[in-house]
Amino acid sequence: MTDAKHIFSENMTKEIDLIRSKFPKDKSKSAIIESLLIIQHDNNGFLNDELIASLANYLSIQKIDVYEVATFYSMFNLKPVGKNTISVCTNVSCMLRNSDDIVSHIEKRLKIKIGESTKDNKFYLKDEMECLAACNGAPMMQVNHINYENLTFEKVDKILDEIAND
Amino acid sequence: MTNLCTSTFSLKNPSSIETYLSQDGYSSWKQIISKQIPKSEVITIIKESGLKGKGGAGFSTGLKWSFINSSDQQKYLVCNSDESEPGTCKDRDILRYNPHAVIEGMLIASYAIGASVGYNYLRGEFIGDQWIVFNKAVKEAYEYNFIGENILKSNLCIEIVPLIGAGAYIVGEETAMLESIEGKRGMPRIKPPFPAVQGLYGKPTIINNTETLATVPYIIKNGSEWYKNLGVNDSDGVKMFCMSGHLNKPSVIEAPLGVPFSKLLDECDGVLDNKKLKAVIPGGSSVPVVKGEDIMETPMDYESLMKIGTMLGSGGIIIMDESTCMVSVLERISRFYYAESCGQCTPCREGTGWLYKTLVKIRSGNGDQSDLDLLNKVANQIEGHCICALGDAAAMPVISFLKHFWTEFEYYVDKKQSMVI
Repeated sequence: MTDAKHIFSENMTKEIDLIRSKFPKDKSKSAIIESLLIIQHDNNGFLNDELIASLANYLSIQKIDVYEVATFYSMFNLKPVGKNTISVCTNVSCMLRNSDDIVSHIEKRLKIKIGESTKDNKFYLKDEMECLAACNGAPMMQVNHINYENLTFEKVDKILDEIAND
Repeated sequence: MTNLCTSTFSLKNPSSIETYLSQDGYSSWKQIISKQIPKSEVITIIKESGLKGKGGAGFSTGLKWSFINSSDQQKYLVCNSDESEPGTCKDRDILRYNPHAVIEGMLIASYAIGASVGYNYLRGEFIGDQWIVFNKAVKEAYEYNFIGENILKSNLCIEIVPLIGAGAYIVGEETAMLESIEGKRGMPRIKPPFPAVQGLYGKPTIINNTETLATVPYIIKNGSEWYKNLGVNDSDGVKMFCMSGHLNKPSVIEAPLGVPFSKLLDECDGVLDNKKLKAVIPGGSSVPVVKGEDIMETPMDYESLMKIGTMLGSGGIIIMDESTCMVSVLERISRFYYAESCGQCTPCREGTGWLYKTLVKIRSGNGDQSDLDLLNKVANQIEGHCICALGDAAAMPVISFLKHFWTEFEYYVDKKQSMVI
């Protein structure tokens, strides 16, 4: 398998091998989702054709198998995005606690619309966010998959300031 | 109010194995192994306890286990931690504050159904917190030899393997989860065959919710009668209720089934700013909404909620006060099902789009009376016509919102604005 054409580092192939070992020997496709997550994380938060083809080669499966997964699940980005991903939950429990105002506040502050990245490429405000299972902490958001709950404008400003200065 | 799954929540280092062991954790698992309690007996205990699936469907857990194809082939257990039902936030707390109860429950379930591998599928968005905690807990349990080869020198071998998703509500549907584990798009399968006969990789598989499995060790330890007596009538035992929305203190509360709604409300210090309660969605966004006055004195159990035309579902209770625009809320709920439909069945793929677009039209002030009839018509055409329950879940809110708040919807199409603003 290791002689197949791919562009992964040795560390990456080790990680993929570890994921692969969670499943029966003939079930390589099962490793797609978790592998794509670490590959995307390693590639500034997005996937491209080369990476998708590489994973297919490395797992000895069809490229279309990987594409199907990459396009179905909402956490995969197929175009470049800002370095830090902001996901504001706007589903009912959060909506009732004014999450739409939080989104507007972030849009105004970062001078972008939901679904866009900032010009300096520091932030990406993800769209179509659905319930993130933190309803008793509404309104809430995730920044790089870390939860921030019971948000206020001041709290949001502080969190974004800290990340921007990092 | 009653602490089973939540028993470690307020302790120091709640997720560590030492904490769990200090609470008599893994005693059920050790007892099963040392006393060599037969599988069939474990299933009988769970069946007699009345434990029901806590992910939403409320099906008897013991009965589900008993359906497992007992032929001599590879079997799997899958723990469903793809918590995504809007209004539901309990499994996330179990996974980060009591992960060993999940592991012990998974071990007992795997043993009972004869599975040598148990996968726990966590939703992708748990990757920054619960995923880390749960993986650490699994590692600890391996070190104590509660999992793995020759468990506690019993010759028993069970692997517990954490898996992560990547964002898809539909994967919470049990057969879609199997597809996802197989590395495919999360599209539900036609049943039968049921997973207990042909599940993961075509092998017999049982899928249970996180809270359900985390409850199992407590039942084995204290007995089926004890668990049964915690609840009321046919609603045995306890449930975690996720109280969100317009509340002074939104909370996750574990309480006996049959607890009055008003008591849960009190636990959250009442409606936000002491406004009037308008409406409640009592079991996650997929179940019918009810008016506040109709649920106030209702005991929170399967039968009582059925009587007022709704369901217990996942226990995600969404509270809406008098300032809530029901048209806006329904529009938001409909956007969710439109976005999350997997697209496999035409009535759901097309119908959820019609529902959402019609509600957007009404909300933008361009709707008329015929759009309200259209909503009802489309919802009724989806319901019961799809492979999985997502279509029904999209239809039920529409039908119930229109039924209980018809005048508010009529007002909106007539005056082109919300009745509550």
